[in-house]
Amino acid sequence: MKAISKIYAVLIFLFLYAPIVVLIVFSFNDSTTMSRSVWSGFSIKWYLKLFQDGMLLSALRNTLVIAAVAALVSTVLGTAAAIGIGGMNKLMKRMVMDVTNLPMVNPEIVTGVSLMLLFVFVAKSMGNLTLGMFSLILAHITFCLPYVILSVLPKLRQMDPHLYEAAQDLGCSPIFAFFKVVLPEIMPGVVTGMIMAFTLSIDDFVISYFTSGTTQTLPIFIYSMTRKRISPEINALSTLLFGTIIVLLLIINFRQAKDQKAEEKAEEA
Amino acid sequence: MKAKSAAAPYAVWMTIFIVVPMVLVVIFAFTDKSGSFTLKNIAEVGQYSNVFLRSIWLGAVATAISLLLGYPLAQIISHISPRRQSVMIMLVMLPMWMNFLLRTYAWMTLLEDNGIINNLLASFGLGRLHLINTQGAVVLGMVYNYIPYMILPIYSVLTKIDSSVVEAAQDLGANRVQVFSKVIFPMSMPGVISGITMVFVPAVSTFIISKMLGGGANLMIGDLIDMQFLGSAYNPNLGSAISLVLMVLILICMGIMHQFDDGENSGGGIMV
Repeated sequence: MKAISKIYAVLIFLFLYAPIVVLIVFSFNDSTTMSRSVWSGFSIKWYLKLFQDGMLLSALRNTLVIAAVAALVSTVLGTAAAIGIGGMNKLMKRMVMDVTNLPMVNPEIVTGVSLMLLFVFVAKSMGNLTLGMFSLILAHITFCLPYVILSVLPKLRQMDPHLYEAAQDLGCSPIFAFFKVVLPEIMPGVVTGMIMAFTLSIDDFVISYFTSGTTQTLPIFIYSMTRKRISPEINALSTLLFGTIIVLLLIINFRQAKDQKAEEKAEEA
Repeated sequence: MKAKSAAAPYAVWMTIFIVVPMVLVVIFAFTDKSGSFTLKNIAEVGQYSNVFLRSIWLGAVATAISLLLGYPLAQIISHISPRRQSVMIMLVMLPMWMNFLLRTYAWMTLLEDNGIINNLLASFGLGRLHLINTQGAVVLGMVYNYIPYMILPIYSVLTKIDSSVVEAAQDLGANRVQVFSKVIFPMSMPGVISGITMVFVPAVSTFIISKMLGGGANLMIGDLIDMQFLGSAYNPNLGSAISLVLMVLILICMGIMHQFDDGENSGGGIMV
């Protein structure tokens, strides 16, 4: 790399990481005032405060429950849908894919308010229902589904369609052939889709904001924190979340490297 | 495999949760509170044309800056060794794993009147600047949050360009500027187009960044919609009308972009 390129890359990464570093440093700030930007000594008191915050813990629990249910349901529905789409004729396929792409090209806020209209409409006509966990889960499954389908479809296309027929010729029932032959082939796509659904769900704010009623998820809780209280607790929370993500990514990378090494060894042998 | 029926539950799901809600937006946009047909909501959107213009302007500026800053980085990354490439791409993606509310909040603490940048300036004996609650701060927040969406698609197109095409151009006497403007840039157009779409759509429709970094004075379309549905101005009919206009606007913008894409591609095809 030439010197100018190096300097340029460093500057861009400085721009990307400086705010995050500042956020992390000030999470350890022992400020007595509510100031966010005057350093007054090292302390972990904001972390301790965080764990005494009942609202935060319940928001975290909601987020994890919603993400788990949404990832699971959207993976099952989406994988089945991808298989179905594979067997469709051109016209039907195009129609289904257009609807699938709609939530991905539409601004999130429009998807959010359109779902809110639906949920409010149904809740009103059913009597005294309110928006909450149930509507959040429905909304999250909806915006996760396209991502699952789009990660499973390419794997299906790569698969030899005769494998499935061969399994049936050899006496497998269609269902058994699916679990024995098709599913193992497309598994990497299914797993990727599920992980994407889970992370998208945890991270989502805009759609949750419009479909949550008074229920709080972690992003909604963070939003209300930035609106009302000016507190280094947010910094502590961000640091913890960021640390968790880095550890997870390192584990994934480490495992991939290990798999690669094992593969290389197997090839040598 | 004849498994069309496997998609049936999905089809039902998407009809209920994507198609029906969209139809509801259209119905709400064209009715009043009592439910009878009216064009009043759509007409009322006209009053907010300044908000629409501001959103499109700020979104376009942020997209242009992201492109200008992101393209060179994508090019730099595509030229280094594969092992270092994957590390750099990881570094580009890592901030996206932090919730965007927190990333935007980080900029609040930097830009405030008593924030870190101003404290630094003051400690060097320089005057303080008013940075937060300006349009510049909103654009900064957009660029910061969405620039990875510009870098990644451009990078992935650039790594796929056959280096022998570039060498051929050089052999035929093209200088560096010509190689870039006649070969590399046209060939990277699909990445540029998807980068622009992926930055422009969320930037134009944001309501958090403008709220957190723009103060009350820099209202955007997203803020207007938010106010009609969850804010003080509760009026879902008007909110639906604004959402509908926003959707049509973005569709038009994307249509124009793809027109441009096709033209450039065929040009590139003839040239190659």
